[in-house]
Amino acid sequence: MSDHTVRSFDDELLALGRFISEMGGIAETMFASSVEALVRSDTQLAQRVIATDQRLDTLEREIEEKAILTIAKRQPMAVDLRSIITSIRIAADLERVGDLAKNIGKRAVAMNGQFIPQKIASGVTHMADLALERLKTVLDAYMRQDVETALEVWRTDDEIDTLYNSLFRELLTYMMEDPRNIGFCTHLLFCAKNVERIGDHATNIAETIHYLVTGKTITIERPRSDEGYVPLEVGGYN
Amino acid sequence: MTIETHSSSQSSAALPMRERISVRDLRFYYGESLALKNINLPLYDRKVTAFIGPSGCGKSTLLRVLNRMYDLYPGQRAEGEVLLDGENILQPGIDLNLLRSRVGMVFQKPTPFPMTIYDNIAFGVRLYEKISKADMDVRVEEALSKAALWKEVKDKLNASGLSLSGGQQQRLCIARTVAIKPEVILFDEPCSALDPISTAKIEELIDELKSEYTIAIVTHNMQQAARVSEHTAFMYLGDLIEFNETSNIFTTPKDQRTQDYITGRFG
Repeated sequence: MSDHTVRSFDDELLALGRFISEMGGIAETMFASSVEALVRSDTQLAQRVIATDQRLDTLEREIEEKAILTIAKRQPMAVDLRSIITSIRIAADLERVGDLAKNIGKRAVAMNGQFIPQKIASGVTHMADLALERLKTVLDAYMRQDVETALEVWRTDDEIDTLYNSLFRELLTYMMEDPRNIGFCTHLLFCAKNVERIGDHATNIAETIHYLVTGKTITIERPRSDEGYVPLEVGGYN
Repeated sequence: MTIETHSSSQSSAALPMRERISVRDLRFYYGESLALKNINLPLYDRKVTAFIGPSGCGKSTLLRVLNRMYDLYPGQRAEGEVLLDGENILQPGIDLNLLRSRVGMVFQKPTPFPMTIYDNIAFGVRLYEKISKADMDVRVEEALSKAALWKEVKDKLNASGLSLSGGQQQRLCIARTVAIKPEVILFDEPCSALDPISTAKIEELIDELKSEYTIAIVTHNMQQAARVSEHTAFMYLGDLIEFNETSNIFTTPKDQRTQDYITGRFG
């Protein structure tokens, strides 16, 4: 796309993009580290993840302030307006990803070196790898404004849902076997839920990219794997 | 060129729109030079249509065709059809005075006559109608009220029109146009010489006037076009590039040139 006649407008839009990419990088690292801290019972790493979250919060605020200022100054239209609105939305998603990673970190600390069965640990790791991959892909797609890749991410969220559902059953079995497992299983269940939600945020970002590029919101329903299956957890966040 | 109307996203509550003016295959020449190239466009009844585009794109020219203002100048001619309620106003033998009473125009710079505020309104009415003093008083008050100027001038109707501020003068010109009871009002950059408060008043006025009149407005202020109009036409180098509902033009324009223009990436 060609440049604006007023070049400082381009600079402002580029700056917003850079902030998002910084937030994306931090969110990815926080997420990966939180899961690592969890499965390796690394309390120090978990503490670092918790501490990093503040940076994400600050960046989100800065993006919001810059976006509002740009709207006020430039009165943007069409693709410019969408790009600014999009940056606010994605910043909010990434801030939430940070919160969820921080929460995993806190649980890692709370579990305090408790043993996690290998099978469960690898289940969580596998799920997290998948979610992280989606997050990375969708952020790359944002930088390239690549709607096809974004849609691919959007379509495949059900893989994570499937993994979450099987992990859920697994943890339930452990809890029924021995009530002493209930403590760590509950923590892990919440962690798995957090991972699943991070996947949802990647999906949100994919939808936002679609809006950014095409100007249209996706109105059709996303494919779901958990239809007909009602987890014990009721309500909550989607 | 892209012309889209009646998009499916339109709320079903909207009444079906009637074309008050239909521009068909319109070409316009300044001497030898072609200023408008085959323009096709509807102006809908009691809707505001905005014309945007860089200087020299032909938007003011198009406006001047709609009441044959160009006839005042030699060497300018239009080909094609402009149908006002089905009647081609470009055909020879059209009563131009009658046409201009049906299609009124407000210009960029306020142009009050050098006479009293009262007479600024009454002058035009007297050209077309013989009415009593009492009826004229009513007509003047009506017109000034519709132009949201009555309260400000009712105690000084005998003061000169030129004594008013720029914004008031422009509203006086709108009152003058409205007094003749036109069907269509053309605004040629009506706010370009006004401060933001006066601009807001004119925009508010356009919003009210559209319940009775079909309105076309040429403006360089894109936000203004986005605010006041239902439809927007983007013109470039004598071509109509895109015509669509305003909400679409300013959020998801179809043509790259429209997008470049409204986002400030032009030239």
